[in-house]
Amino acid sequence: MVVLNKDRMSIQREQDVVPFRNRVKEYAVKIGMGLVNQTKLITAASELVRNMLRYAQGGEVLIEVVSRGRENGVRLTFMDKGPGIADIDQAMKDGFSTGRSLGLGLPGTKRLVSEFNIRSQVGEGTTVTIIKWKNG
Amino acid sequence: MEKIPILRMGQFLLVTIQVDLYDRLALNLESDLVQMVNKTGARGVLIDISAVSIVDSFMGRILGNIASMSKILDAETVVVGMQPAVAITLVELGLPLKGVYTALNVEKGMELLRSRIGPDHEELDDDDDGGIE
Repeated sequence: MVVLNKDRMSIQREQDVVPFRNRVKEYAVKIGMGLVNQTKLITAASELVRNMLRYAQGGEVLIEVVSRGRENGVRLTFMDKGPGIADIDQAMKDGFSTGRSLGLGLPGTKRLVSEFNIRSQVGEGTTVTIIKWKNG
Repeated sequence: MEKIPILRMGQFLLVTIQVDLYDRLALNLESDLVQMVNKTGARGVLIDISAVSIVDSFMGRILGNIASMSKILDAETVVVGMQPAVAITLVELGLPLKGVYTALNVEKGMELLRSRIGPDHEELDDDDDGGIE
């Protein structure tokens, strides 16, 4: 996989969410992603960034344009230094939530993107990586 | 402080969301609307989201809350103008906005509201109006 473009954004407050979403949209538009895929990607990004704010009081997001073969896509990496997730399998189940949300965040987000990866260490933080391919 | 305007039209309240909502703004809208329903005795709330490009689970929950809260105050809520890409995304996300009436555009939404509070008002109780669980 080749990284064509790279950007980093710090998310500390709720007000950072809208500018972040706009930045993701810019990248998606730049590679010519269709409207439905754009909407899915931005919604997924919005869910993850919200998790980051709710459970880890913020963090950092890496926004990249990546290319594999003839396919271009947007890769987002959400990194936080929050409490971490003890049981990832459970967190990936629909309807599970330790917070006051609907528990749709992680599994719902996974359905919206092409690739989804989560790594977490209790006490150290969580890193979620998603890729949405232009035609994926 | 930014605010989403709520317009009164007869026995209905109209809201057009023209900006990207951040959480605070959405929460304020929720409480403003419910207070307005109480103050004006409105029988219906119409929310136009045709300019909204992203509805995530938070925003979806707010729409559901508005519908359930208004319902308790005897007002129906209709969400109109959802973009197709938003509808596709919401269903895949797992948030089909159960309990929120929807219509394609403002005109159809008004029709729906009128029919719901019309002379067959007694029948309202039979319908599913639970809101999002």
